[in-house]
Amino acid sequence: MRESGQPKLVVANASKSYDTGSGVVHALADFSMDVQPGELACLLGPSGCGKSTLLWAMAGLHGLSSGEVRLDGRPVIEPNPQIAMVFQEANLLPWRNLIKNIELPFEIRHQKPDRARIDALLEEVGLAGFETKMPRELSGGMQQRASIVRALSVDPSLLLMDEPFGALDAFTRDEMNLLIQQIWLETKKTIVFITHNINEAVFLADRIFVMSARPGRLSRVFEIDLPRPRPLDAMTTPHFIELVAEIKGSIDHKSQTQAA
Amino acid sequence: MASVDRELKDKIPTFESTGAAEAGVGNWSSAASTLSLIKGGRDAMLIVITAIVIFGGLELTLRLFQVPVYIAPTPSQVITALITDFQYIGPHIGYTLIELLTGFAIGASIGFVLAALITQFPLVEKIVAPYILLLVTTPMLALVPLLILKFGFGFTPRIIAVALASGPMVMINAATGFRRTDLAKIALARSFGASTLQIFLKIRIPMAMPMVIVGLMIGSIFGLLTAVGAEMVGGSFGLGNRLTYYSSLIQMPQFFACILVLAMIGISIYVFFYWLGKKWAGWEA
Ligand SMILES: Nc1ncnc2c1ncn2[C@@H]1O[C@H](COP(=O)(O)OP(=O)(O)O)[C@@H](O)[C@H]1O
Ligand SMILES: [Mg+2]
Repeated sequence: MRESGQPKLVVANASKSYDTGSGVVHALADFSMDVQPGELACLLGPSGCGKSTLLWAMAGLHGLSSGEVRLDGRPVIEPNPQIAMVFQEANLLPWRNLIKNIELPFEIRHQKPDRARIDALLEEVGLAGFETKMPRELSGGMQQRASIVRALSVDPSLLLMDEPFGALDAFTRDEMNLLIQQIWLETKKTIVFITHNINEAVFLADRIFVMSARPGRLSRVFEIDLPRPRPLDAMTTPHFIELVAEIKGSIDHKSQTQAA
Repeated sequence: MASVDRELKDKIPTFESTGAAEAGVGNWSSAASTLSLIKGGRDAMLIVITAIVIFGGLELTLRLFQVPVYIAPTPSQVITALITDFQYIGPHIGYTLIELLTGFAIGASIGFVLAALITQFPLVEKIVAPYILLLVTTPMLALVPLLILKFGFGFTPRIIAVALASGPMVMINAATGFRRTDLAKIALARSFGASTLQIFLKIRIPMAMPMVIVGLMIGSIFGLLTAVGAEMVGGSFGLGNRLTYYSSLIQMPQFFACILVLAMIGISIYVFFYWLGKKWAGWEA
């Protein structure tokens, strides 16, 4: 299914330990994966298995204890203009209105905001007309949409998303997943999407990278061959349910062997 | 499976950011409640009406019982004195304001900068904290006789006293603000390539702003108290000095006129910082 060019993103033997006061926490252990250009990859694993640790390393926000992350063949050791991140909970600055929040990356880079691009994105996510609203005046879903616009406004080639919809209710989450799929189909950006929700992962992903419980290792990779665009009711098809069950089984099996 | 999950969940501070963010919320609500005390533009009417009733009642009572002026002047006598003697009182208002504004500007700037610096180094902060507390809790008025001995009866000792009174107050509150480091927001700015300076200007300062404004308000009120107190200790000018002067001559209408002016300065400070808080820290409320 994947053409064998140069991968967009490579994680090679990544390990990371945190030195806490009360001992060393091994968050990631010898984790390797690669993501192809234009792929939508989901990282799936239980809370605390090291997903954020891995994503922050991909974003160049912190270093690894060993191993490396490469973007287009070059090591990522600091934040990179080609990479944008969407955080858990929208992470808007509450003292800035919506448009000022979206313009933050341009301000930081001393660039003129790309108005045409921003307006088109706002239109697409349904936030046109809300530019001067403060974050607290927006619903959780709207806030997260704004943070997606913020990330896309600088036209990154890699979008990292850390459980972006974990705090949203199920209906809003479905809506957001549709939106992500639509944006991805239009822009063909490479996306790494973290979640602990199997349904969400199966709905979105080209490939699902399942992580074991801490220390996070790659336990299995699943190719999701559901046709696109996937409508919400794809989630009720037997094939979808089968995939979810298979992935669930692999995770259960994994933690049982660990507990034993 | 379930038990493994729960155990994991308990140990996860859901990444570096969340714990700190929650701590920040705690600090924050204390700031918000302080600000909300002065909230209530809607209540202004009620306050005005109450004031009219109180001062009108006072006027009537004092007249009815023919209380002598040297015991308690009526409100109208006080206002009259303020107007007729304004040529004498006016310059002293200016002197007090000069002391207050200069001393506060110096103290607040130093306090703000020190708070910003010190909170970047937790160890330094721990070492310095007790001394700051000492400066906050010791009435700086106590130093005024010493300062007068050193600097004479001019503006200098008073300005120093005001700076010493307001600076630590600004610092201790601003430091609380700067300690509210929300790692998720800092990471956000970093992910777009922000420098340390940009993170400071665009994330840390706005996040600290509500507490900074609380500090400025308390600091300036403390500064006013200290200025007036210092003027009472020595020298021949300023509203504090006028209070001692008029009371020694038993000119009660003038004495109360000075108090009225001081009250108005205090209220103006309060209103100004309330307005500033709405403008710069309204997002918190
Ligand atoms: N800054 C840190 N210091 C110490 N331990 C940390 C830190 N960040 C994360 N951890 C620990 O590392 C493990 C993985 O964390 P994280 O990557 O946030 O997991 P996930 O995102 O999958 O929930 C957890 O056990 C967590 O407690
Ligand atoms: Mg996480």
